[in-house]
Amino acid sequence: MGSTLIHPGPVRNKKHIMTHTVKMNLNCPMPKFDYDKITLGHGSGGLLTHRLLKSGVFDLFKNSMMDQQHDGASFEIQGRQAFSTDSYVVSPIFFPGGNIGDLAVNGTVNDLAMCGASAKYLSLSFIIEEGLTMESFWEILVSIKKAADKAGVMVVTGDTKVVEKGKGDQLFINTSGIGPIHPRAQIHHHRIEAGDSIVVSGNIATHGITIMSLRKGLGFETDVRSDTTNLNHTVIHLIDKFGEDIKFVRDPTRGGLASVLNEIAELTQLCYQLDQKSIPIDPQVEGACEMLGLDPLYVANEGVFVAVIKKEITGEFLDLLKRDERGRQAALIGEVNTSYPGKVILKSRIGGSRVVNYLTGEQLPRIC
Amino acid sequence: MKYLSEYRDPEMVDEFLQEIHRVTTKPWTLMEVCGGQTHSLVKNGILDMLPPRITMVHGPGCPVCVTSVRVIDEAVFLAKQPNIIFTSFGDMLRVPGSDKNLLEAKAEGADVRMLYSPLEALEIAKENPDKEVVFFAVGFETTAPANALSVIQASRLGIRNYSILASHVLVPPAMEAILSDPENKIDGFLAAGHVCTIMGMEEYYPIAEKFKTPIVITGFEPVDLLQGILMTVRQLEDGKARVENQYSRYVRRAGNPMAIQTIQEVFAVSDKTWRGIGSIPQSGYEVNEAYKWYNARLKFKLDLPAAPENPACISGAIMKGIKKPKDCPNFGTACTPEHPLGAPMVSSEGACAAYYHYSSPVEWAQP
Repeated sequence: MGSTLIHPGPVRNKKHIMTHTVKMNLNCPMPKFDYDKITLGHGSGGLLTHRLLKSGVFDLFKNSMMDQQHDGASFEIQGRQAFSTDSYVVSPIFFPGGNIGDLAVNGTVNDLAMCGASAKYLSLSFIIEEGLTMESFWEILVSIKKAADKAGVMVVTGDTKVVEKGKGDQLFINTSGIGPIHPRAQIHHHRIEAGDSIVVSGNIATHGITIMSLRKGLGFETDVRSDTTNLNHTVIHLIDKFGEDIKFVRDPTRGGLASVLNEIAELTQLCYQLDQKSIPIDPQVEGACEMLGLDPLYVANEGVFVAVIKKEITGEFLDLLKRDERGRQAALIGEVNTSYPGKVILKSRIGGSRVVNYLTGEQLPRIC
Repeated sequence: MKYLSEYRDPEMVDEFLQEIHRVTTKPWTLMEVCGGQTHSLVKNGILDMLPPRITMVHGPGCPVCVTSVRVIDEAVFLAKQPNIIFTSFGDMLRVPGSDKNLLEAKAEGADVRMLYSPLEALEIAKENPDKEVVFFAVGFETTAPANALSVIQASRLGIRNYSILASHVLVPPAMEAILSDPENKIDGFLAAGHVCTIMGMEEYYPIAEKFKTPIVITGFEPVDLLQGILMTVRQLEDGKARVENQYSRYVRRAGNPMAIQTIQEVFAVSDKTWRGIGSIPQSGYEVNEAYKWYNARLKFKLDLPAAPENPACISGAIMKGIKKPKDCPNFGTACTPEHPLGAPMVSSEGACAAYYHYSSPVEWAQP
């Protein structure tokens, strides 16, 4: 490490990827691999696997536990822990604002954060479709390392499997994470009461629309970038300050804001009343949703959380959150009450009200 | 969003609402023809803001909803052929056929692809010269020009492995059929703005005159809809039955001549069976003789039997404005978007789906 060699980065057709590739590799030049592309042999557990790991991967993730090169990581834990796992299958694997690698770290780190926990250790497992270029793989590894460092989590164990061409979609990643729960965290839907405030930490629907804008056949031009990021420091900081007055936090990824709120509406049998004009959304994202006939309330988010908090702390909570770079667009979007138990109700911009239901199936674009 | 937000302005909405309340002295039943309008009325909570004496009923302007079971069966049949890549707008994939829908066919291995434009289907045909690519050309007069254009392009470029399964339907014959129904209760129409952007206003004058029914060509945003309702109610209160144009920012009296010419180049007007309504003479488009090579029905010699509709679905009565989704005993119980009995529960333009997804809290609270 520490070499001054600058690798040109993968040759991909998107301008935005080229620029940040070069920047990333300034610190982590790609080591010399025997092959340009991942082959079935790289997942065989034999010599090629060994060489792949030895020639850079172990160096990149160097830490006391990885260095043992054991079958698993061994460590001691004390006190209440949260443990979570998630698989990442995003397509395309590179997108403005990130790639499948940082998504896989941030996703699991954030799942733990939503339990009031700081991720400490992470497992990292790849299922690679043969033919993935070494450059792409390396770029993703570097992103994983950077995201893990940023979140303060250590990758301590991992696995690599390679499947035949056509049996995967370039790369799937699974990560699992474990970490201690903040002593003052009491995050559970059963603590939600009528009168509580509903807050989101940032613009909704940004990630989902970014991914959709890259899908074949859509190709609409936007400057929208995925907001994938780790939320653990932000959430833990809020718990430090407000403790049990934060009753519920959740990152509304797949299914969007509407799905998370429907889940807790059903569980708590309270009414979640939203005010459409307070829900923060980037105008470009809103325009894209309009064009595609999608409801942004159901579009996937990354790097955003929704919180249900005690009404009295709302002002202070928002002040503190807005000072964090991840919470600049934070807003009070509604309140919990008893008017329609088990329902999510949206007050439209023009003052009408409607039920926001669960999404059924996938959102399909409209004909006209 | 700039050109949309001004039509969602709460103050303008309020002004129109007050005026509607002021001018309404009698009970009136109005039909918005287009599913997009239904969607907007329900999604924005407008139905609960209108005076109780105004009843909005929801028209047949949902292309997905009115596509007959037989046509869905044809689509599924084609999709299942090993050499065919079947392409469609997303809405059509979940519409039930007699046996299955396109998504189920896809799960069983059919190559079904969701597209946003028929021109993408043409690209797929170019990329897969050894396969036949079929596009499910569904829609009202609005989607017809683009679908026709794909056929013209294919012909010009000599792409022979492309064809369309046309299921185009036309609005004015459907309005006539609804007004001729003995159970008809409709006093006035909000006609579909997008359709008139293409076709213009001429077709509506004879209908307004024959049935003494006001027709106001209306847009899709809250301010559009409320202004359209106000214009219709004013006519009704004054005893008039004229064609008026609320959507004048897009609709010209003669429509879009180039789009009409494109339609006429490829399509011929034909009789059509509407799901839930039945056969309506001269109410659809089929690929004409000159472009018959691109007609999937002829190319693959389709000859499927007419398929019965699910008798438990009252979609016909709903689309004719005789009943509302909540009048159906199966609404939200035996019929949901995951397990639909009929198309109006599937399509995002469908009245049943709009009520299911966005209905007013007041209605939900009712037993």
